[in-house]
Amino acid sequence: MQIPYLSSLVFVPLIGMAVVMFLPKQSKWAIRWVSLVLSGIAMVISIWLTWDYYFNLAGSAAMAYVEGPFEWIPSLHIQYFLGADGISIPLLSLTGLLSFLSILASFNIENRVKEYFAFFLLLEVGMMGVFVALDFFLFYVFWEVMLVPMYFLIGIWGGPRKEYAAIKFFLYTLFGSIFMLVAILILYFTSEPHTLNMLTLIQTSPGLGHTLQMVCFIFFFIAFAIKVPVWPFHTWLPDAHVEAPTAVSVILAGVLLKMGTYGMLRISWPMFPDALRTLSFWIAVLGVIAIIYGALVSMAQKDLKKLVAYSSVSHMGFCMLALAAISSVQAIAGCMFQMVSHGLITGALFLLVGVLYDRAHTREIAAFGGLGAKLPVYSGIMVFFSMASLGLPGMSGFISEFMIFVGAFGAVNKVLVGLGVLGVVLGAAYMLRMVQRVFLGNFDESRWGGLFEINFREIVSVAPLMVLTLWIGVYPKWLSSMMSATLENLVTLMAR
Amino acid sequence: MTEYAYIIALLPALSFVLIVFFLRFKEFLAAGFSIAMIVIGWILSIVVLAETLGRGGEAYEGFFHITSFASLNFEFGILVDPLTAMMLIVVTTVASCVQIYSIGYMKGDPRFSRFFAYLSLFCFSMLGLVLANNFFMIFIFWELVGLTSYLLIGFWFEKKVAADAGKKAFITTRIGDLGFIIGLLMIATYTGTFNYGEVFSRVAGGAIPAGALTVALVFLFGGAIGKSAQFPLHVWLPDAMEGPTPVSALIHAATMVVAGVYLVARAMPIFSGSAEASLVVATIGIITSLLAASIGLVQNDIKRVLAYSTVSQLGYMIMALGLYGHDTALGHHSPGYYAGTFHLMTHAFFKGLLFLGAGSVIHAVHTNDIQEMGGLAPKMKTTALTFMIASLSIAGIFPFAGFWSKDEIVAAASYHPVFLVLTLAVAFMTAFYMWRLCFLTFFGKPRDQHRFDHAHESPRVMTWPLVFLAVLSVVAGWVGLPWLSQGFASFVFHGEAYHPHANWLLMAISTVVAVAGIGLAWLIYYKKKISADRLAERFRPIYTLLYNKYYFDELYDLIIVRPVLAFATFMWSFDNWVIDGLVNGIAKLTILWSDLKLWFDTWIVDGAVNGAGWIVQQGSALLRFVQAGAVQFYALFLLVAMVLLALVKFEVVMVTVDWPVLSVIMLAGIALLVLVSRTAHRAGPAEATADTGSVGVEKEE
Repeated sequence: MQIPYLSSLVFVPLIGMAVVMFLPKQSKWAIRWVSLVLSGIAMVISIWLTWDYYFNLAGSAAMAYVEGPFEWIPSLHIQYFLGADGISIPLLSLTGLLSFLSILASFNIENRVKEYFAFFLLLEVGMMGVFVALDFFLFYVFWEVMLVPMYFLIGIWGGPRKEYAAIKFFLYTLFGSIFMLVAILILYFTSEPHTLNMLTLIQTSPGLGHTLQMVCFIFFFIAFAIKVPVWPFHTWLPDAHVEAPTAVSVILAGVLLKMGTYGMLRISWPMFPDALRTLSFWIAVLGVIAIIYGALVSMAQKDLKKLVAYSSVSHMGFCMLALAAISSVQAIAGCMFQMVSHGLITGALFLLVGVLYDRAHTREIAAFGGLGAKLPVYSGIMVFFSMASLGLPGMSGFISEFMIFVGAFGAVNKVLVGLGVLGVVLGAAYMLRMVQRVFLGNFDESRWGGLFEINFREIVSVAPLMVLTLWIGVYPKWLSSMMSATLENLVTLMAR
Repeated sequence: MTEYAYIIALLPALSFVLIVFFLRFKEFLAAGFSIAMIVIGWILSIVVLAETLGRGGEAYEGFFHITSFASLNFEFGILVDPLTAMMLIVVTTVASCVQIYSIGYMKGDPRFSRFFAYLSLFCFSMLGLVLANNFFMIFIFWELVGLTSYLLIGFWFEKKVAADAGKKAFITTRIGDLGFIIGLLMIATYTGTFNYGEVFSRVAGGAIPAGALTVALVFLFGGAIGKSAQFPLHVWLPDAMEGPTPVSALIHAATMVVAGVYLVARAMPIFSGSAEASLVVATIGIITSLLAASIGLVQNDIKRVLAYSTVSQLGYMIMALGLYGHDTALGHHSPGYYAGTFHLMTHAFFKGLLFLGAGSVIHAVHTNDIQEMGGLAPKMKTTALTFMIASLSIAGIFPFAGFWSKDEIVAAASYHPVFLVLTLAVAFMTAFYMWRLCFLTFFGKPRDQHRFDHAHESPRVMTWPLVFLAVLSVVAGWVGLPWLSQGFASFVFHGEAYHPHANWLLMAISTVVAVAGIGLAWLIYYKKKISADRLAERFRPIYTLLYNKYYFDELYDLIIVRPVLAFATFMWSFDNWVIDGLVNGIAKLTILWSDLKLWFDTWIVDGAVNGAGWIVQQGSALLRFVQAGAVQFYALFLLVAMVLLALVKFEVVMVTVDWPVLSVIMLAGIALLVLVSRTAHRAGPAEATADTGSVGVEKEE
C-alpha cells in the first residue's frame, strides 16, 4: 500500500493538538515542545514531498500522492479524496515551514499556553487540508475549520481591539464562504451524476453554459477575493494583522492569503473558462488598483505592522494582475512565485516587527530612529527584507514581479501593466521611508538605550526565510521547474 | 581566461561575504582582503583585455538558464567583447585606487569593515552589470548597484541629510527604472528573448514595428536617465555627495553613473535603428550637459561642483551616442559611438582623480566650502599637482587624455550646428568652473587661517592612488590618437570601425574655447581683475537661478513629493472612512436591523400576546367588583333590571329594540354598577382595593 503522505500532513498536527489537550496546562514547556516537534514532523514531511516531487514527479501535470477517492458519505456522493500537484506542493512546504517557525516564534506566549498551541495546531490542520483536498465537501470543511482557531487566536491573544478584529475577520470570511457553498451546491446539482469531485467537475463544468458559469464564478470569486484580499474587500486584513499576535500575523499573511489565490487557481479559473475570459479585464483592473492603492495607503501608515499589512494588499494585487493574464504561463508562474515569495518576505517582516515590539512595546514608526547604530544585526536583517519586499533583484520578490510583468504585458492591457509597474516605484518609496525613519538618522539613547539585539531563537526563526528568499531570487529554476507542467496544463484548461 | 571572466565579478562577492560573516571586527584583514580581491580582478581584467585584443575584438559569450517559461529564457551569462573588456579595466582600475585610498580616508571610522564590505558588494554588482549578456541580467545588476549606492550614500546614516540623500537617489533612479522595465517588457514581448545578440538580430529582422521600437527605446533610455543622472532626473546625484568621498569617486563619478551610458552603448544596435529615439537621447544629453555645467559655475561646495561636472560630462557622452545613433539610422558616418565610449573611459580616470583629490583636500581642511580654502598648493603638493593635471584633462588641454576624447565628441557634434555650438559652450563652462575650483582651492591667500594652519598633505596611501590616476589622466587618451591605425576606434566600435582623422580646425577651436575658459577663471579668481561679486551682482537673477540649481528640488517637492504624500494620506482616510466605513456601516445596519426586530418582537408580536392577557385580566379585575358578595347589591341589580325590562316590555318607555343601543346601555349600566360598588367598597374593607393593584400585565422589565 502506498504511504498516505498527504493524510499524514493533515493529521500529524491534529495528533499534536490532541496530545496538547491531554497535557496539564501548567507544563508550558512540554506543550511548546510537543507542538514544535509535531509541526516539525509535518514540515519535514512537506519538505520531503517537495524534494520527491521535484526529482520524480514534476514532469507531469497529473495529481500526485493521490489518496482515494474513498466513499465517505455515499448518499451525498461525498468522498475522502486528496492529491497534490505543482500548485499545491510549494504551498504545502510553505505552510509546513511557516507553521513551524511561527510556533518557534510563539515560545514567548505565557498566557493560556495550552489553548494557544492547541488552536495553532488546529489551524495548521485546516491549512494543510485546504491545499490537499480534491473533494468540494472536504475542501469546504477544511476552509471553515481554519476559521475557528484563527478567530480565537486573534480574539484571545490579540492586541487592544482584538474582539473587533476577530469578529470582523470571522464574519467577513464566513460571508464569503456562504457564496462558495451556494456555488458548490449549484455545481453539485447540475452535475450528472451528482458529484463533488473537483477533478471531475473541472472536466464537466465548462458545459454549464455562460450564465451559470458567471454565477458560479462570481460566487467563488467573492469567497476567494475576500481571502486574498482583493480590493475593496481588504479592510479586514489590516485590523486582523495589527491585533493578531506576531506568529498569527505570520500565518495570516504567509498562508491564509494564499488560500484565496490557490482557490482561484485550483477551482474557479480552470472550471469556468468562459466566465474568466469575460471578466479577466476587470480582474486586472482590480489587481492594478490594489497594487497602487495598497502602496499609497502603506506610505501613509504610522504603525509598522499596519504598513506591512497594507504592503500585502499591494503585493497580492500583483497576483491578481498575473491571474488576469490567463493565456500566459509566465504570468501564472509569476503569480505562484509571488505567493511563495510574499509568504516568505512578509512572514519575515511580521516576525521582525514582532521582535521589535517585544522589546519596545510600540510599533509607532515615529517613535524610533537610528536603530541601525544600536542594533546592527537586527537592522541588517530588517533592511534585507525591506529590500526583498520592494523587489530588489537577487531576491524572490523581484523574480516574481518581473515574471508577472513579462507575462502580463503580452496578455493583458499594456497600459494596465504599465500602471502596475508604477507599484515598484511606490514600493521603494514606502519601504525606504520606513527604513529611514526607523533605522537611520539619530538614535535616541535616553529612550531606547535599553533595547537589546535580536536573540538566537529569533535569528533562527528568520534565517530559513532569508536563505529561501535569496535562493529563489538567484536560482528560481528549481521552483519553476516544479510547477511548469501543472501550469501549462492549467493554461490549456483555461483556454477551453 | 575570457571564458572565466565571471571570476572577476565573483572575487569581490567573496570578499563581501567574508567580511560580513567573519571579518566584521578585523578591520585590517577586511580591508586587505577586499583590496586583494579587486586587485586580482584588475590583473585578470588586463588578461581579458589582452585576450580580447588577441582575438581581434571578437565577442565571447557563455551562459546558463536560471528559469524559463514558454520559450522565454531568463539566463545568467557573460559577454566579453571590446566594450566589456574596456569597462572591466575602467571599473577595476578605479575601484582598486579607491579602495586603497579608503584605507587612509576611512581610518578610524567605527564602521570601517562595513565600508569595505559595501565597496566589495558594489564592485561585484558593477562588474556583473558590465559582464551581463542579456537585458534581464543587466537589469538585476543595475538594481544591485543602485542598492549599494543607496547604502554608501547613507553610510553615515546618523546624519539626516545623508539618509535623505540615499533615499532620494534610490527612489529617483527607480523612477527611471520604471521606464527601463517597460522598455524591457516591450522588447521581450516583441522579440521573445532577453539575450542581447538575439534581440539585436530579431529587431534588425523587423520583429518590432518602427513606432513601437521608438517608444520602447525611449522607455529603455528612461533607465539611463535615472542611473546616469540625466535631466530631468539629475537631482539625486549632487545630493549623493553626502556619502564618503571615495564613494563619490568610485560610484558617483567613474563607474555606476556611467551605467546609463554603457546601456545606450550596449543597446546601440537597436538605438541606431530609430533616428527619433536617438535624437531624444542626444537632446536629453545636451540639455543635461548645459544645465549641469551652468549650475557648476556658481556652486561653492567642492564636491557639488564636481558632481555637476559629472552630470554635465555624462550628458556629453549620452549626446555623442545619441548623435551616433541618429546619424547611423540615417545612413551617415559618425564618430559618436567611439567618442562616447572613449570619453567614458578617460572621464572615469580624471573624474575619479578629481574626487579623490577633493577628498584629500577635505581630509586636510575639514570643510567642503571652497570659499574657506585657498592657498593650499604649497601645503599639499601632490594633491594640488594631480588635481591640476585632472583639471587640465577635463578642460581638454593638449595632450591630456580629456583633450582626445572631448575632441571626438566635438567632432561628433560638428555635423549638427546647434549641437556643436552648445557643445562648445559646455566646453567653455567646464574649463571655467574647473579652474575656478583650482584657483580658489590651491591659490591665493588662505581665506580661513585656522583651517589653513591645520591643513597637511594626506598620507601616502592616499596620494599614491592620486599619482597613479594622474598618470592615466594623461596617457589614457593616447590610445585614441587619431593617427593610430589600430587605436581605440578600431577596437570599440559598432557596425564598422570608424577611422578617425585629425580635424585641425575643430582641435584648434576647442582648444581656444578651453583656454578662454581657463583664462577667464584666471582673471577672476587668480588675478582678481574682474570681481566675482560684482559679476554676481550684475547678473543677480541669473546668478540666483543658477545658485539654486534652477529650483528643481523645490519644484519636484511641490509637484511630486508633496502631492504623492498628500494623496497617500487621502487614500488612507478613504480606506478608513469610505471602504472600511462601508464594511462597518453594513455591520452597524445589520445590528440596527436586528435591534429593530427585537423591538418589534418585544412590543408588537409579544405585545399582542401579552396585551390579550392584559385585557382579560383587567376586565376580570373590574368585573370582580360586581361579584363582591354583598347580597343587597345583587338584589338591587335584580330589581333595577326587572324594572327596566318591565318598562320596555309594557311599552312605558318607547325603545326600538336596537342591539347596538341596547348593548351601550347595558355597558353603561355595568359601568355604573361598578362605580357604585367600588364607591361602596372604598367605604368598606381596604384589602379589596389593595388587590386591584397587583392585577396587571406581567411585562418584561
